[in-house]
Amino acid sequence: MSFIEISHLRKSFGPNTVVHDFSLSIEKGEFISFLGPSGCGKTTILRMIAGFETATSGSLHVGGVEMTNLPPAKRNVGMVFQAYALFPNLTVAGNIGFGLKIAGKERGEIDARVAELLELIKLPDLGDRYPYQLSGGQQQRVALARALAIKPQVLLLDEPLSALDAKIRVSLREEIRALQRELGITTVFVTHDQEEALSISDRIVVMNQGRADQVGTPSEIYNNPATRFVASFVGTLNLFEARVVDPVAGRVSIDGQPVVTARDISAYGIADGATVALRPEALSLGGGDGDRNVLTGTVEEVSFLGAVIRVRVKLREARVSLDIFNDPALDLPKVGMPAAVSFKKDDLLIIDRD
Amino acid sequence: MKTNRLGHWIAILIGTLYFVVPLAATFEFSLRKLRGVYSFEAYRVVLADPQFQSSFTFSVGLAVVTIIFGMAIIVPMAYFVELRLRKLRPFVEFVTLLPLVVPAIVIVFGYLRLYNSSSILPLTNSTLSTNFLLTCGYVTLALPYMYRSIETGLRAIDVRTLTEAAESLGASSGTIIWRIILPNIRSAMLSGSFLTFAIVIGEFTFASLLNRPAFGPYLQLIGANRAYEPAALACMAFMITWACMGIIQVISRNAVAAHP
Repeated sequence: MSFIEISHLRKSFGPNTVVHDFSLSIEKGEFISFLGPSGCGKTTILRMIAGFETATSGSLHVGGVEMTNLPPAKRNVGMVFQAYALFPNLTVAGNIGFGLKIAGKERGEIDARVAELLELIKLPDLGDRYPYQLSGGQQQRVALARALAIKPQVLLLDEPLSALDAKIRVSLREEIRALQRELGITTVFVTHDQEEALSISDRIVVMNQGRADQVGTPSEIYNNPATRFVASFVGTLNLFEARVVDPVAGRVSIDGQPVVTARDISAYGIADGATVALRPEALSLGGGDGDRNVLTGTVEEVSFLGAVIRVRVKLREARVSLDIFNDPALDLPKVGMPAAVSFKKDDLLIIDRD
Repeated sequence: MKTNRLGHWIAILIGTLYFVVPLAATFEFSLRKLRGVYSFEAYRVVLADPQFQSSFTFSVGLAVVTIIFGMAIIVPMAYFVELRLRKLRPFVEFVTLLPLVVPAIVIVFGYLRLYNSSSILPLTNSTLSTNFLLTCGYVTLALPYMYRSIETGLRAIDVRTLTEAAESLGASSGTIIWRIILPNIRSAMLSGSFLTFAIVIGEFTFASLLNRPAFGPYLQLIGANRAYEPAALACMAFMITWACMGIIQVISRNAVAAHP
């Protein structure tokens, strides 16, 4: 049995089922992210792990102990909330030491642990401040320290970075990951931000309408999306309804133009429809060498996005977007001019029929 | 534009005169006890009256008990409504507003019918139990103000998330209310307390019909038998109420300054 074992968890609110038969095994020390849009059930699962929601059916074990119906106060689970949830009437030190005080620890022990955690979150001199005297990033670090103070067996992070501005979000997520590695604590992180999930997770669970569409490493999720939803939710993607020409040779037709995929499509029949996808960064302008697939069309739009330039090319009916790195010396294509777009056989993804 | 502004000033002036003139007249009248000179003689007489002291002390004591008793009932109720029973909020608000709709005389007659000496629960049999009944009546009267104050305080904080954060750290419901919720709605509780205090100090109907020596019946008694002292008492009652309102304002301002 894994450290966290979620089996056939289901949660309904009246007639509305928000989590359907969800099962997952999480290893000790793993950092796992639940990624999905609003209302996909990711936070509900996290809240069931924390004990704030009761499962309609199914079971939850942590460290081999059944926790399905245990009240939150008895789970020894640390939680960090999106809205920080620091106690406004307590100082930073009071907040961090709150759980230890509840546990009946002695004053000296509490003070030592609080000091240790203040060092850990790099706010050693702010113990006497009140939450309203801190910035958002500092407040969330304190919330993290408070959750860690009780030495929880699991750390739950409910979109902890969503309320922060972009720069702090990036630095804090790196700090969270470093802390998690240092402490080796099993962590479940909920986010709707794919970049966040991809950058800090050991594994990602992509949630869609109360179900796990795919569970895998960031690389697996990004490079081999299992479903159309995963493909479209994680990263930017060009999706096409292609027609299979030769399933054995991997030949398909996109918008009437023949291309070859290195992926296995032998399960398809000739003339079957297949959803195929191309990442914008996998595409290049120009024909390339003979091994590459080529699609031709007309440049429809050129957008400057800073580090990259996104070019949209209209094929016959379909459109394909590609990203090229910004280079001042680059001769950018003009709208209306003919263009060829090339890509490797490996880069043509086949999306499972779902 | 100028005509409009003039209209505003006239409205303010009329309103001010409507409130200030009778009060100023009452105050001026209260100073006339000694013929030919203005003095605080009426105030001295009132303050020296043992019945004033006993009735005022009685009402202050009862106000304190009412505040404690009311808070003990209303804070947990409002907290759990906010936390778990939000759908019930309109119903609870309706119930808490009822004392404003049902006259005090109707409530106290209901009490007398339910708890008289020949009823199953004869609360009017002893002084202590009658005082308890009076306190219950005052809690009912203060309910709309107390509940609203507490509810406003609870809405100003994220009750659910704070509760969940404390629960995840191992705190029980009692600990959460005592250590997290109460300190964060302290100013709301104080506002509710001072409103309750002002209501209890001047209340007449309940105390009179339950035959308790409270400040309200004393005010009525003096008003019926003396000339200048009622005016002095009226001014003192206003001062007490204003002091309560002033304290509420200070507390609210301090609360905003502490947690902007």
